[in-house]
Amino acid sequence: MELAAASALTELIQQIVGGIASGGVYAALALALVLIYRAMDVANFAQGEMAMFTTFIAYTLIQFHLPYWVVFPLTIAIAFGGGVLTERVLIRPFEGKPVLTLVIVTLALFNLLDGLAGLFFGYILKPFPSPFSAEPISFAGINTTYQDLGVLATVLIILAIVYVFFSYTKVGLAMKAASLYPESSRLMGVRTSWMLALGWGLAAAVGSVAGMMIAPITFLDPNFMQPILLFAFAGAVLGGIESPLGAVIGGILVGVLLALVGTYLPSGQNLRLAFGLVIIVGVLLVRPAGLLGRAQVKRV
Amino acid sequence: MTARVLGVPVSTLAIAAVGLVVFFGIPLTTDTFTTFEFTNVAVYVIALIGLNILTGYSGQISLGNGAFMAVGGYTTALLVSRLQIPWYATIPLAGLLAGIVGFLFGFPSLRLSGIYLALATFALALAVPPLINNYDNITNGHVGINMKNASPPDWLGISLEQWLYFVCWGVAALMFVISITIIRSGIGRAFMAIRDSETAAVSSGVSLSYYKTLAFGISAVYSGVAGSLLAIIVAYVNPDVFSLQLSLSLLVGAVVGGIGLRWGPIIGGMFVIWLPYYAEKLGTLSIGPLTLPQKPDLAFGILLLVILFFAPSGVAGLLGQAGRWYRSRRDEARTGATAEEPAASQVDLLNPKQ
Repeated sequence: MELAAASALTELIQQIVGGIASGGVYAALALALVLIYRAMDVANFAQGEMAMFTTFIAYTLIQFHLPYWVVFPLTIAIAFGGGVLTERVLIRPFEGKPVLTLVIVTLALFNLLDGLAGLFFGYILKPFPSPFSAEPISFAGINTTYQDLGVLATVLIILAIVYVFFSYTKVGLAMKAASLYPESSRLMGVRTSWMLALGWGLAAAVGSVAGMMIAPITFLDPNFMQPILLFAFAGAVLGGIESPLGAVIGGILVGVLLALVGTYLPSGQNLRLAFGLVIIVGVLLVRPAGLLGRAQVKRV
Repeated sequence: MTARVLGVPVSTLAIAAVGLVVFFGIPLTTDTFTTFEFTNVAVYVIALIGLNILTGYSGQISLGNGAFMAVGGYTTALLVSRLQIPWYATIPLAGLLAGIVGFLFGFPSLRLSGIYLALATFALALAVPPLINNYDNITNGHVGINMKNASPPDWLGISLEQWLYFVCWGVAALMFVISITIIRSGIGRAFMAIRDSETAAVSSGVSLSYYKTLAFGISAVYSGVAGSLLAIIVAYVNPDVFSLQLSLSLLVGAVVGGIGLRWGPIIGGMFVIWLPYYAEKLGTLSIGPLTLPQKPDLAFGILLLVILFFAPSGVAGLLGQAGRWYRSRRDEARTGATAEEPAASQVDLLNPKQ
């Protein structure tokens, strides 16, 4: 009896650990969404497809027999450049337009990247290598894999870099200022428009890590990031869509919740996407500002 | 003075006559395949009228109207195949049910800024196909549900495709008239007030959450009716039809046709049907080592950007401008004087504040 209870508990903890690892990926993409949302009040619906596209670039580079740990930073750099370019070419012409227009622009980008990925890389599922072995590792009676630990470590390192960048570097502080107080920042000599481009670059870079980390599990095709984007949205809404820390916590929580639902609910695996929807609507019903967000106050 | 017959200008009568000839000419002269495509256009036109009420007139954005089409489609398929209810009786039921679901779903999502509705409906569009698959004891999962054909009454002596064409365009015309009535009523004015300035609307006593949810519910009714007709014309439903891509292509249709313009949905409907068709044809073309994919994504993306940048009021807006330009030139020639430019009633509706 006790043994059964103990093994049930171990099972539960193992699911939570696995959930934290995939939650780290959602957290990274959620952070990318929040970066852009804070800068321009727009949910970037193309964030997942941008990550998809850069993961395909990583795949192509690996086909050229470049070692993984060369490809990894190279892809992040390409993603950053691509993000900046996207903002300059596609978003800047619509700067100052209503949110509705900008949302449609991100959807256009969504379609565009889907189409380009289909054109260049095709629609056949492709395996994507993982730098971490799938060997199990036991730690205080809990089984996990090097894969899960490696993904989590990579994501946490990236998040830490983003945190340091925004808190301690001049550019990071300027970007933060430009998104929070655009008028004052402009008066202080911050080039706010370029800060927006940097924000897109950064979001694309963080998103590309999410793509490369989840692709070994999901395989690669032009649609593979769409469910991940839904979970990242759920994480961002759960954490409070304006809060970077909230996005990270929310993303990890969503990962854990999904792992538990997938294990303990009958046919839970089929209902993962629906569960993401339930999280979003549930948060909007109960606590619309999210865990760390402040309630929206509007002056009328 | 323009010539009038019974008080109606001759030019209007001529346009109406040509319209009627084209309307009856299409199903009577084209082959069944083309007729069926025009029938499909009618289905999309209905869905787009609904989306236009929501996005064009109320300024809210939905990426999930395909999911409400699924509600409508499955309502009809289940009622017809399980309960032997006649297909035409299921159309209003499908609209009603989708509307109720939409109203309930819209309520939490519309309490905050518009972006949350976009988020929640995006999630809805992604979640619905696997949900349908999951409850396969009711929905038959991937296999889908077959229904009886909606055969035409014998005394009409027309083919199935012609019958479906008239049914769908008949419903589309009815739904169009209803939408005009809604937009011209106090409800429609409340919608437009919210679109133009939420602050001003609230100050004038317009309840934001009530009217936003109402607009969303109405757009869901239209989607439900469209979904029901989609099921009827192919006599079959399956979950893959109601994908995220369906919802996105509705949005493309709305923008390309002309958001907030009365004739936008009709032009948008034609785009959404025929663009993928030609994209598929182009799919055999190769540029160097690359073969164009047989999917419309790329064309949709480019088209959206081009329209948003160069003609934010869509093709209907462009046609309206061309029409006004032509009329002003004609009047100029007739009177010999420079006719005054008509007031720019054609505001860029995506950017009402411009």
